Amino acid sequence: MELKRMMEKGLLSSFSRSLHMLSKNIQGSLNLHLQPLGIFGRREYLSKAYFDGDKGWTSSGSIQGAALKSGKAELQTTGQRFSMLMESLKRRHFSTTGNGADDQKNEKEKISVTFVDKDGNEKEIKVPIGMSMLEAAHENDIDLEGACEGSLACSTCHVIVMDVDHYNKLEDPTDEENDMLDLAFGLTETSRLGCQVIAKPELDGIRLALPAATRNFAVDGYVPKPH
Amino acid sequence: MALSSLQKWFFRGICSASSKPLHVCVVGGGPAGFYTAEKMLKAHKEVQLDIIDRLPTPFGLVRSGVAPDHPETKIVVNQFSRLAENERFSFFGNVSLGTSVSLSELCDIYHVVVLAYGAESDRILGIPGEDLNGIHSAREFVWWYNGHPDCKCVAPELKTTDTAVVLGQGNVALDIARILLQDPAELERTDIAEHALASLRESSIRKVYLVGRRGPVQAACTAKELREILSLKHVQVHIQEADLVKSPLDEEELKRSRIQRRVYDLLSKIASSQPSDHVSCERDLHFVFFRRPASFLPCNDANKVCRVRLEKTFLKENGATGRQSAVGSGEFEELECGLVFKSIGYKSLPVDGLPFNDQKGIVPNDRGRVLSNAGKEPSNFVPGLYVVGWLKRGPTGIIATNLYCAEETVGSITEDLQQGALHPHISLDKPGRDGLLHILQDKNIRFVSFKDWEKINTKEINDGKLKSKPREKITSWEELQEIATQ
Repeated sequence: MELKRMMEKGLLSSFSRSLHMLSKNIQGSLNLHLQPLGIFGRREYLSKAYFDGDKGWTSSGSIQGAALKSGKAELQTTGQRFSMLMESLKRRHFSTTGNGADDQKNEKEKISVTFVDKDGNEKEIKVPIGMSMLEAAHENDIDLEGACEGSLACSTCHVIVMDVDHYNKLEDPTDEENDMLDLAFGLTETSRLGCQVIAKPELDGIRLALPAATRNFAVDGYVPKPH
Repeated sequence: MALSSLQKWFFRGICSASSKPLHVCVVGGGPAGFYTAEKMLKAHKEVQLDIIDRLPTPFGLVRSGVAPDHPETKIVVNQFSRLAENERFSFFGNVSLGTSVSLSELCDIYHVVVLAYGAESDRILGIPGEDLNGIHSAREFVWWYNGHPDCKCVAPELKTTDTAVVLGQGNVALDIARILLQDPAELERTDIAEHALASLRESSIRKVYLVGRRGPVQAACTAKELREILSLKHVQVHIQEADLVKSPLDEEELKRSRIQRRVYDLLSKIASSQPSDHVSCERDLHFVFFRRPASFLPCNDANKVCRVRLEKTFLKENGATGRQSAVGSGEFEELECGLVFKSIGYKSLPVDGLPFNDQKGIVPNDRGRVLSNAGKEPSNFVPGLYVVGWLKRGPTGIIATNLYCAEETVGSITEDLQQGALHPHISLDKPGRDGLLHILQDKNIRFVSFKDWEKINTKEINDGKLKSKPREKITSWEELQEIATQ
C-alpha cells in the first residue's frame, strides 16, 4: 500500500533510483502483500511492482515468476521484509534528520555474516536486520539454492551454523521447518534452512557453511531418502 | 565438483583459448534435465546446450507429478525458466527420443549427450488379476488429475464404489489418498485438471486403505505429507495399536534415521488419538501394515476387480545390512474394494542402442558415465554419453535430489573433458543445434520452442483467472500444439 501511495504522489523517482542502487545485484520483485491468505494458502501476490531500467517503476497484474531481463532490477521480498526495506529507504529519503546520523543508524542495523562454501572459501557480507540468509546470499551472488523461494517447501537452502552459540540464539525450528530439514543432504546438529534464519543483532558474526552435498551423495552405500 | 580452484582456472583458460563451442544435448526437460543444463552452462562458457522433451510442455513431473494442492513445490519452475534467457540455451519440445530423433543421431551431432528422461512406466506386481478393470498405476492416476495429455482418456471410475485400496505407503500413495478423500471444494482453486475435478465432485469414494507390506517403522512417506493428511477435514485416520509394536531391529532402524523416527512418532499419535475427536467424519483413511497383495478377484462382473487378497507378512533381517524385508506368513485375508491404485514405484523405459539394466530399471553407469557392459567388468564407458536423474539412480528422491545428482554427472563430464577422456571425439566439429534443426526439418517435425511454451503458459494462466485457479491446464495434444504454433 505504501508503494502505491508513493507512486501516486510522484515520490517514486528518487526512491526508485535509490532502490535501483540497492538492488543492482539483486533479483526479485516487490510483492505487495495485500492479503494474508490467498489462493495458495500461504501468500498471494495481487500486484507486483518492478523497476524497469527504461520505464522506471511500473506495476503489473500478478504474473508468477516474472522473468528477469537485463536492464531490469527486481527486488524479491515478502510483505514483512518489504516493510523493513521501506523503513530503511524512507529514512534515507524522507527523514528530517541529517544524512550523517541516518547513515550511522543504517550501519548499525546490519550484521556481519560469513558464508563458507564446500571448498572452504569464505565470503563476509553485511546483512540488514530482518533479511533472511537466503535473500542475503542471493543479493551477494553466493551460491545458495532456493528452489521454493522461501516457502518452506524444499531443503535446498540448507546451511550449517558453524558456531553453537549462534545456533542456540536462533528460535527453535517449527514443525514445518523440521519436516524440510528431514530431507536435507548432509544434515548436522546445527543445520537450519537459510530462508528461516532472519538477521538480528545477536547473530552478528555468524558463520554459515554450505553443506558438502556431493560428499554425502551416493557414496559408501548412502541411499537417498525415499520421497 | 571435485576440482581445485587452480585446476578450474587452468581449464577455463584452455577452453576460452579455443573458441569452438561444445555442443550438449540433454534428453528430458524435468528437474534432472534443467539442473544439469544450469550447471553445465555455468561451469563451461563454451557450451551450447539444448534440452529436448517429447511433450510440448517442459518441467516434467513438476508439472505432471506434484499434486495440485502443493503449489509451493512448483515454484522451482521460476528458476528453470530463467535458463531460457541464456543465449546458449534452447528448448525443443515435441521432440521424442526414438521417434523424432534416434540416440545415434544425437550422438553424431552433439559432443555430449545427457539422458534425463526419467521413468515413464510402472513396476508391476506380477500377481493374478492384475489386468482387471478398476486397477490403475499411481502414475496413470497422477497424470490424469494433473492433466497430462497422455492420460486424459484413462479415467478411473469413481462413481461405482465407496472403497479404494492404495498399495504402497510412499508420498505418492498419500497424494492419491488425499486427492480421493479431500473435499472437492478445497481443490477448486488449484491447478487440478478440470475433468478430474468434475469426476471427483461425483465420486462415491468414502474409504481408502493405504496398504504396506512392512510396518510403520519402514513407512516410506515423510512427515510433511503425513501431517497434511492428518489435518484433512471430515476424514478420520485409523491405525491399529498392535501394528506399532517395535522389535529390537526396528529400534535400531529408528535410531539411524531421523526421517523414520519423526514419521513413526506421527503414526503413533494417530493410533492413540480418540476417535470421537471429530464431530462428523464422513470419510475414512486406514493405514494397513504387514500385508502384501497376493491376487485381485472379480465378483459378478468377471472383468472388474471387487476384492484384493492380502497375505499377512512378518519382518526378517536381510543379510547383515540392518534392512528388514517382508516375508509371507501363509495367512490370508480379503479387502472388498472397487478401485485399486498400485503405488509401488515407477520404472524407466529402455531405448534402442542404450545399455539398460532391466532388473533395476536404470542405465548402468558410474557416477553418470554410461557403461556399455551392463556394469560388468571390464567396464567400458560409452564416450560422450551420460545419464542423470531417475534414469541414473532409480525412481526415488525429491526434486532436490536431482540437484546433487546433476552436480555429480556434470562433475564427471567436467573431469572427462579436462582429462582428455573424450578425445578425439570432442575435437570433431559437430553441428549441434543446427544439426538437430536439420533433422527435424527433414522429418517435418514442428518443435515447440520455449517462447512457444510461454504462449501455452500464458493461455493456461489467463484461463485459470476466470476460475480463480493459478492455471487451467490444457490437456490435449492437439490443443497444446495448436496454441504453441500460433
